Amino acid sequence: MSNSQTMSGIPDLRSAQAGTLESGDIMIAVVPGAPGSGIAVQLESIVRAQYGKAIEATIRLTTAQYSASDILIKAVDRGALDCTIRARVMAALCRAGAVSAKEGI
Amino acid sequence: MELRRSLLFIPGNNPAMLQNGGVFEADAVILDLEDAVAPQEKDAARLLVAEALKTVDYGASEKVVRINPLDTFAAEDIITIVPCCPDALLVPKVECAEDITRVAQMVARAEQPGQKPVKLIALLETPRGIAEAYAVAKADPRLVALALGAEDYTASLGAKRTKEGTEIFNARAAVLNSAAAAGIQAIDTPFTDANDPEGLVADTLLAKKLGFKGKLSINPRQISEIHRMFNPTAEEIDWAYRVISAIRRAEAEGSGVASLDGKMVDAPIVNRAERTLYLARILGLAKEGE
Repeated sequence: MSNSQTMSGIPDLRSAQAGTLESGDIMIAVVPGAPGSGIAVQLESIVRAQYGKAIEATIRLTTAQYSASDILIKAVDRGALDCTIRARVMAALCRAGAVSAKEGI
Repeated sequence: MELRRSLLFIPGNNPAMLQNGGVFEADAVILDLEDAVAPQEKDAARLLVAEALKTVDYGASEKVVRINPLDTFAAEDIITIVPCCPDALLVPKVECAEDITRVAQMVARAEQPGQKPVKLIALLETPRGIAEAYAVAKADPRLVALALGAEDYTASLGAKRTKEGTEIFNARAAVLNSAAAAGIQAIDTPFTDANDPEGLVADTLLAKKLGFKGKLSINPRQISEIHRMFNPTAEEIDWAYRVISAIRRAEAEGSGVASLDGKMVDAPIVNRAERTLYLARILGLAKEGE
């Protein structure tokens, strides 16, 4: 499925997900948001009280490297390390049609 | 020469196993993007392994990534994985020298300035790959070992895979001889029954006797036994000391010929003794002061 391009050159995104609900993993679902809605993160985690802010920060930092401006990211964490969070966010965004800033928009 | 007694496969799309891969103290961990990953998860596994390479501490284990075959996702794997500094790539289903030269060229293009060169290990697992083993072994200086994958190989032959391994004797011999002729290591096929420790010991001892330098493994529980089998025994170390002593004595006496237990000690014997003592030293098995 190819993506259509918006007037700004940022591709329209589609819903996508990556990761699993197994221990040590995190499931990331990306859902396109309304124009101007920004990047929203919904986090469910077994360690939310201790690490919720850090997990969300990692999700947002990783997302900032992609051409994604109006999306909802739903994350269900099962104790994933930072490297797993980054990898799953990247995979979900790529599957959604986002382009890495390194590749150019 | 690198120590590669055990090379442990770790599924490339399993975060829990990837992050714990270093605790088993295998000589190498193989982060697997091929058989352990479903086709629809190749993209996610590739990113996960890339991030693991950058952040997970695998201790003294050599970091190897099994990429996908050249006719599927090898190019994407190489572009993403090589800049993350693996020590080596395990290239599956290698069938000819050109397969290795193509991978070597792709790796060279993907390496970053100043990066330690990425080595290659060729996995021979088809009848054609076995037939071309020597050409493969000589294909590129990045290649440090030939490994045998006997499950696919015997399936191609139409032979039943047995624990005795009679059906893979030809393949083992071809891999061993080709690797030795090219001056690289030969790595044996995995012993796939994780619940048969006696079978593992017998299979690993056979591999060592034949000349393999290590063994692929699919289960962390196999690592310590594989190491025990490939480590030089006290008897072998003692023999090696005696060989070196005999050579030194002969040299001190101005004789060009040494003998031990009534047998001539020639260069191949000395080489084997030196390798045994080298292994004993790096594994902490050598006598103090030697």
